[in-house]
Amino acid sequence: MNNTIKSNEQSPLYRFVLGLADDSVVLSHRLSEWCSNAPYLEEDIALSNIALDYVGRARMFYQYAAEVEGKGRSEDDLAYLRSEREFTNLLIHELPKGDFGFTMVRQFLLDAFYNLYLTQLVDSKDETIAAIAAKAIKETRYHLKRSEPWIRQLSEGTEESRSRIVRALEELKDFVGEMFLMEEWETSLVEQGIAIDRAALQPDWDRYIQGFLGESGIEFGDAQLQIRGGRNGIHTEHLGHMLSEMQYLQRTHPGMEW
Amino acid sequence: MQTLDKDEAVEQATFDQRISDEQKIEPTDWMPDDYRKNLIRQMSQHAHSEVIGMQPEGNWITRAPTLRRKAVLLSKVQDEAGHGLYLYSATESLGITRSQMIDALQSGKAKYASIFNYPTLTWADIGAIGWLVDGAAIVNQITLQRTSYGPYARAMVRICKEESFHQRQGYEIMTVLAHGTQVQKQMAQDAMNRNWWPSLMMFGPHDSESAHSSRSMGWKIKRMSNDDLRQKFIDQTVPQIEALGLDMPDPLIKWNEERGHYDSGEINWEEFYQVINGAGPCNYQRIKHHKAAHSEGEWVREAVRSYRQKQQDKKTENAA
Ligand SMILES: [Fe+2]
Ligand SMILES: [Fe+2]
Repeated sequence: MNNTIKSNEQSPLYRFVLGLADDSVVLSHRLSEWCSNAPYLEEDIALSNIALDYVGRARMFYQYAAEVEGKGRSEDDLAYLRSEREFTNLLIHELPKGDFGFTMVRQFLLDAFYNLYLTQLVDSKDETIAAIAAKAIKETRYHLKRSEPWIRQLSEGTEESRSRIVRALEELKDFVGEMFLMEEWETSLVEQGIAIDRAALQPDWDRYIQGFLGESGIEFGDAQLQIRGGRNGIHTEHLGHMLSEMQYLQRTHPGMEW
Repeated sequence: MQTLDKDEAVEQATFDQRISDEQKIEPTDWMPDDYRKNLIRQMSQHAHSEVIGMQPEGNWITRAPTLRRKAVLLSKVQDEAGHGLYLYSATESLGITRSQMIDALQSGKAKYASIFNYPTLTWADIGAIGWLVDGAAIVNQITLQRTSYGPYARAMVRICKEESFHQRQGYEIMTVLAHGTQVQKQMAQDAMNRNWWPSLMMFGPHDSESAHSSRSMGWKIKRMSNDDLRQKFIDQTVPQIEALGLDMPDPLIKWNEERGHYDSGEINWEEFYQVINGAGPCNYQRIKHHKAAHSEGEWVREAVRSYRQKQQDKKTENAA
């Protein structure tokens, strides 16, 4: 069964790179929503900076996806002119920013994931992917160095902050399993040494997350596959709203230079 | 009592001499109370302007039309937050805390640039702000690199380096729109028309009306008068409007050979005072947004304080 519009005719490499680009652009959108809304001016700066790192990744991945596709589309065509059923990001990236606790918990879970993922992706046999990963892993290590102390402080700060962290983990629990779910076409790229077996990263991720949270006395079970569909264009209701905002100018005034 | 007065007279004379010798005044130096107050007023206002300015520009980050524009805008707004941060720290060197400054902003006691009380209605406003508002800010800030208070002067040197990128990205947006389709050209014209007068207002009232100007000039906090700075901005901007091929936002703009400057129409001072006094289109919204973000963040700041306290207690316990 295949639910993705037009996905059959797309090459595995294109779908793979596009998925990574969508992950990045969608997360950067959520992070950028903090600008002028953060608890400290320093955090307005830091969250914008991380958002900027993810826009940078999105651009590199989209440019490469466009090149792989070979139909003369640009990075902006891919970001601004595809619909919610054509976006293939993992769902965790698109969830609304929530409170500062939710944003930091999501970032922490993702930073830990990308830290494992990109460390392997730098060895991809595809040189472009390897080069993007090499740049991104440096950013991610820095992001993780920031999200760790935030999770620690909020987990052990006040009762309120701790309960917000616990609630955020509860809300995110159903979305972490998808990070480790391999698609068939992705598996074929693993065999060629281009993609990474995400499923194989799970034990290390579980151990790290449980160890870190455990030091603050917070329990978090193994990642379980619950809600899925992102890579096949089946999203939460939130993505459509995000895209209608993000794509508004390109959709209202088609075909113009900006 | 007498010796104190005498000491103070000596201090005052030393201060005056340093000002007249173009030496910088540093945080630990003696300075007259009014000089300190005046600086706190101007510098905190400057810091607040950087911070409140994030709102109208931030309004377009999630709707930027291309990924490149999004990245540029994000990094621009991030710079502005950084400017707010160094200016808050520079102002703290005068003996006021950031949270006192934020209280003053939120209670309306401290002001910020009234340009940010206008809405960014279309994407072209992002172009117009970078070009005109950052352009006007640069004209002012370049002269402030020579301001008499050391930490302020140094903050300005750092900030000016980033401002020229801000103006360039704004002008570039305007150039693309002005050379685009009819719809885009109209968008550019409209945004320029709306932002033109508020940008001229950024330089403040006429010198003859300015409450703080002459004293600030005497202390060399301000280095050029409001009207001179405004003229400088008009003179540099009119040729840019011509280059864009847009219609002049003011029909009275005309080169005056004799003066060697452009003449231009009179600012609507009624509007100027109305916006300064809180009745501009977005004054209420800007402060409400700032307060909401600040109070929503309270639980985070409290958690940080509490965590630090617990760490401190642990250390003390271990030492004992
Ligand atoms: Fe600035
Ligand atoms: Fe600026």
